[in-house]
Amino acid sequence: MSKKEIDNRFSKFGTVSFTGITRINDFIGYLEQGKLMGTKCKKCGIHYFPPRADCSHSLDSDMEWFEVQGAGKLLSFSTLTFAPTGFTQDLPYTIAVLDYGDYKVFGRVDKAVAENDLAVGMAMKAVVQQLPNEHITYVFQKA
Amino acid sequence: MSKVGIIGVGQSKFVRAYPGSIREMVFESFKEAMGDAKMKEKDIDATIVCSAPEYDKQRSPSGVFAEYLGLNPQPTFYAESLCSSSTTGLRLAYSLVKSGLHDAVMVLGFQKMSEISAAESQERMGRGADIQWEAPFGTMMPAYYAMFARGHMAKYGTTPDDLALVRLKASKYAVFNDRAMIRKELTMDAFTAPNPLGNILSSPLRVGDCCSNADGSSCLIVASEKKAKEFSEKPVWIKGLGSASASVNMAGREVFYSLPAATEAARQAYAMAGMKPDDIDVAEVHDCFTIAEVLAYESLGFAKPGEGPALIRAKETYKEGKIPVNVDGGLLSKGHPIGATGGSQVRTIVLQLRGEAGDMQVKDPSIGLVHNVGGVGLYANVTILGRE
Ligand SMILES: [Zn+2]
Repeated sequence: MSKKEIDNRFSKFGTVSFTGITRINDFIGYLEQGKLMGTKCKKCGIHYFPPRADCSHSLDSDMEWFEVQGAGKLLSFSTLTFAPTGFTQDLPYTIAVLDYGDYKVFGRVDKAVAENDLAVGMAMKAVVQQLPNEHITYVFQKA
Repeated sequence: MSKVGIIGVGQSKFVRAYPGSIREMVFESFKEAMGDAKMKEKDIDATIVCSAPEYDKQRSPSGVFAEYLGLNPQPTFYAESLCSSSTTGLRLAYSLVKSGLHDAVMVLGFQKMSEISAAESQERMGRGADIQWEAPFGTMMPAYYAMFARGHMAKYGTTPDDLALVRLKASKYAVFNDRAMIRKELTMDAFTAPNPLGNILSSPLRVGDCCSNADGSSCLIVASEKKAKEFSEKPVWIKGLGSASASVNMAGREVFYSLPAATEAARQAYAMAGMKPDDIDVAEVHDCFTIAEVLAYESLGFAKPGEGPALIRAKETYKEGKIPVNVDGGLLSKGHPIGATGGSQVRTIVLQLRGEAGDMQVKDPSIGLVHNVGGVGLYANVTILGRE
């Protein structure tokens, strides 16, 4: 009999993933289908992004997935010209936070968007992006 | 109500690379604090060691230090809250003394960051943020604080040169601090390219907006009122303590122009001390980045929200101003050995309140404040100290 396969899909997330095993590994499965998903507590209706397996409010672990859709408002951003070990090949890159109202999303801005074209308050959307070595992520583009 | 005092303070010189081991580096601040308190090893009832463990090669450093400093068989243990570790240690020491469990507790902060490269240290520091959801994007501390600088600029019209003023002030006072790493007064020219401090590190922050990694240690001796009066002619009393936390993931933050954990810690500390911002005569704030000092002015109530830049423009946080801030050079000039930083800030305020701050001395202060932040406002401790 073969050993039970370990679900470590999360090790594909982003340029360098520091996490392998998590109970919300389906997040990666959805990214591979082109969908950026968060979780919502079925009991109290709280939207969680980043998604989580458990709700600290209702102490419930019965969560459903929802898709991050439409536009969010750019709350802030910064373009790095110096990177931590493992990320220098990506330089320069821009990190940012989008506000969707019920939740916020942290991530990178698409390299195709120039920093000069960014302004706090503008509308942006999250798009799934494939990376080398079968890694996968999402980036923000102008909405 | 019995009081809790600080009766001994010590700090090693903060340096780029300490030429010795961590136990030897810790001995330097220990020696100064023990001499200051006129104590012997047996007088210390317990020791709290504070650092950010991602930089430490030694696992569980408490045992190593207790042995080297002659503090066996007394209990020793570890406290961590990133860059605010040693004021978290101070909070624990206060509670151990206040509870009556111990009469004298040592808070020993240290960090030796020189054994890893800057990129490696940024990667490790980044792992103090959310490793599951943020580190995979290549985050690092300057980029996070840069997002708050951008947010403050967008909301209030703060400019890069407003932020540079904070660094200029720090550099002016570090000249008088023999424990500081960078002791050269800067002018605005330093922020103009091609000068390296003028280069963008993580927009809109320039290299000159950021503090430097350092090696160093700090040591505080906290004592019951009875013990403090027995050993010290000039004990400095802990009047107020505040401590709070905020979402580690930036997606959990409501705004990018203030740090709510610091504002909440300040509220608690003022309430406990029965004081308000006007009562503070001198302050040490966590200026890991220039923007962090501006945010601190606003969290602590030295300026209204959005008016932090006006305070530094008017030089009100200079030694002769309304509220002198970081007149020891701050993290920006002293360097920032993570676990030792809070203890160094407390040492400066204790020396100020005793009138022993030398060329850094502000005129006759009776109340001082320390604002020490871990991560990007992930953890915050505010401590109010007084002569009475
Ligand atoms: Zn719930």
